[in-house]
Amino acid sequence: MPKLKVNGRAQEVAVPDDTPLLYVLRNDLKLNGPKYGCGLSQCGSCTVLVDGQAVRSCVTPVGSVTGQDITTLEGLGTLEKPSKLQQAFIDEQAAQCGYCLNGMIMSAQALLDKSPKPTEAQVRSALDGNLCRCGVHNRVVRAVMRASRGA
Amino acid sequence: MNIMNPTRRALLQGGSLTLAFSLVPPALAQRAAKMEGAALPGDLKLYPKISSWLRIEEGGKVRLLFGKVEIGQGIVTAAAQLAADELDIDMKRLVIVSGDTRVVPNEGVTAGSQSMQYGGVAVQIAAAELRAYLVARAAEKLGVDAAKLRVVDGTISGGGKSVTYWDLVAGQKIDIEATGTVKVKEAKDRRYIGKKVGRLDIPPKATGALIFIQDLRPDGMLHGRVVRPPAYGAKLVSVDRDVATMPGVKRVVRDGSFLGVIAEREEQAMAAAEALRRATTWDLPKDVPTSDTIYDWLKAQPAKLITIKDVASPIADKTKKVVEAEYRRPYHMHATIGPSTAIATVAGDGSVLIQTHTQSPFETAAAIAQMLNVPKEKVQCEHWQGAGCYGHNAMDDAAADAALLARYMTGRPVRVQWSRQDEHKWEPYGSAMVVRVKASLDEKGDIVDWDHTIWSTSHGTRPGGRAGNLLPAQTLEKAHPLPTPVNGGAPNYAADRNGIPLYEFAGTHVRTHFVEKLAARASSTRGLGAYGNVFAIESFIDDLARAAKADPVEYRLRYLKDPRAREVLQKTAEMFGWSKWKAAPGKGRGIAFARYKNLSTYTAIAMEVEVEKASGAIRVKRVSSANDAGEIVSYDGIVNQVEGGIIQSLSWTLKEGVRFDEKGVRSEDWTSYPILTFSEIPPIDVKVIDRPGQPFLGAGEASQGPTGAALANAVMDATGVRFRDVPFLPSRIKAGLMA
Repeated sequence: MPKLKVNGRAQEVAVPDDTPLLYVLRNDLKLNGPKYGCGLSQCGSCTVLVDGQAVRSCVTPVGSVTGQDITTLEGLGTLEKPSKLQQAFIDEQAAQCGYCLNGMIMSAQALLDKSPKPTEAQVRSALDGNLCRCGVHNRVVRAVMRASRGA
Repeated sequence: MNIMNPTRRALLQGGSLTLAFSLVPPALAQRAAKMEGAALPGDLKLYPKISSWLRIEEGGKVRLLFGKVEIGQGIVTAAAQLAADELDIDMKRLVIVSGDTRVVPNEGVTAGSQSMQYGGVAVQIAAAELRAYLVARAAEKLGVDAAKLRVVDGTISGGGKSVTYWDLVAGQKIDIEATGTVKVKEAKDRRYIGKKVGRLDIPPKATGALIFIQDLRPDGMLHGRVVRPPAYGAKLVSVDRDVATMPGVKRVVRDGSFLGVIAEREEQAMAAAEALRRATTWDLPKDVPTSDTIYDWLKAQPAKLITIKDVASPIADKTKKVVEAEYRRPYHMHATIGPSTAIATVAGDGSVLIQTHTQSPFETAAAIAQMLNVPKEKVQCEHWQGAGCYGHNAMDDAAADAALLARYMTGRPVRVQWSRQDEHKWEPYGSAMVVRVKASLDEKGDIVDWDHTIWSTSHGTRPGGRAGNLLPAQTLEKAHPLPTPVNGGAPNYAADRNGIPLYEFAGTHVRTHFVEKLAARASSTRGLGAYGNVFAIESFIDDLARAAKADPVEYRLRYLKDPRAREVLQKTAEMFGWSKWKAAPGKGRGIAFARYKNLSTYTAIAMEVEVEKASGAIRVKRVSSANDAGEIVSYDGIVNQVEGGIIQSLSWTLKEGVRFDEKGVRSEDWTSYPILTFSEIPPIDVKVIDRPGQPFLGAGEASQGPTGAALANAVMDATGVRFRDVPFLPSRIKAGLMA
């Protein structure tokens, strides 16, 4: 029975070790942040942080992350009190449908944790594996730059 | 859409919160209602009762009932801006319900960039009329002349007295109809319309609050998955494995070639569906068109020839030269990031509730009722937001899947989310097109006559209340065949959308070969035929300008008479720095223009590209775009839509084309159907010209056509070679440059 630490809280879930982390987070822990997009590690919608690294939860067996620090979108901030990065996305209106937003914010958070003052090129490079179909890429870059300036 | 309506359940359960609605209206309103000839705008014509749209509720709330739905375009926020401004209330007072067939007006499909023109304006006028009614009531109650009353956030005051909307009508029923005589506010008196207002749905989306259909988890929910055939028209022959013993499996459902499984957990349903898929044998049809033969196939099919414009040129005798060219676009995917999802619950009495991100809740409910062979009123749809769709994708098919599976699990909600592969392979694409443009030119290279011919399949197979438009219904034992598609006519058109150029030539002829058969599954995709037609028109006119040794902007202006069109084109050129631009090896600039549907937003696009001749790689360096969408409600909303459309159209034009053959669709994930990514996206400058007092014009699809053409024109400028086949893959460009 995998023991997890999600958003600072200890969790135990009754699933086989090879269950993809995505479904455990979404369906057992009822977290909405990580999204199913492809199940193939191609789009980034399911991104979470594991010990600070951006990880594709759709291809991560839950048994491989026991005991590690897992952070989801919900772990950054809340509707009432968004994190600085989440607020920057709101301020820049960096969404249309918003389905990819989880992956954008989590990947950007991983970048900012390592490089608090990235260049625009670094932001684009860090987010290049996150797909968006609505075409809000430039807004997303502005949001990440805004958050980095506010640091 | 329900993040803002915590009391939705109470309303749906017939709770006491609703104040509805049959008070005898004051004399004033009644007299106005009887005035003849007061035409109601937009969807208010269909639902003239104010209570269909707005209700004053206890607790200082106002409920907005909206038949259009949020698909990431910001329409719900725009409707809220309109309602709050005209009612003089804070936006926070609004409780918004949209797309729930049990309570909202039936506004048809949220599509075609028409939500502001039909739905937005209805909300605006309904709100203005409700305010006028409430002020008249207050005048009676307070004994103060209505002209002396003012409203601030729902409190009506004047002559030292005041009353709130909620005090005024608490416990009473309002039953008035729109009169068409109430004026909307002037721009200077507005607090929200045209002002910077953040989208209501972005904060929940940025923080993981519940707003997406994908995140709904009703109690007792099970997970369903459907095993799709390998190829179009395939028939299920056998299933050689019993998955009923796999972990969590509750039920395997087979009905003709429809094969599905229901399990306790999502990953269990996925595993069982995959095991089933591997154990299936299918009969595949032979001699089918493929993505390699599609253009010949289109031209070889029997087709309906539809002429939409045929004006003979009175100056045909001036013709010195006739030129023509043919343009091709492949099937494009909507390619949503979040695969289609629905939750269906069949109650003990046989009624069906479907939670869905459909764009057409009423028509989808009716189609599903037909598929299930139950009375129409037994099926209701409740709209929740999904991922961006950009037209008719698998949203309704997922709803039908869920309904079919839920029949076997009475009382338990069954959730179906399509796999990435199924979404890529089975959504209805934007149809391939061949467009041939021909022009007669005089001795100076000016256009004497213009001729535009289209070959395409259907661009519209939305549910429309018919089961045969639902993918799973086509595969049942008692199958519902796909209804013969029809081409949409004027003024919106379909394959021939934007086939008529906005340019005023002496003679113009436009016709479509409408192929009724489908080669690949196809339906409405952002802009429909506008993308292919504008690509062709704007590429062709660019070459005519070049041949006439004229500047492409100046040459277009010779034929563009509409002053708003001219301004958009000129402003785009100015934003881009057209006149100051300096040529350099490998660099090129291109410009293109269209007014979407010839009746909606005016959009021009200019861009600069760099083409690497050795590899054929195109790099878009920057894009400028001026637009005119009539009166602006949300400036940033329009910019966001236009910019998103530019990026999507760049992606279509540079990279995309669905591959399929006799074994099925080969574009089945993001590797085999790549889209544009962050590192490939240029700086984009979008501006919108405000036209106060002019009708709202939809902007959601306006940039699709001009973007592709501007890119083609820029590549031509950079290389001297005209590319007429989309997509502009490096291999194709390289081959074209070597030829």
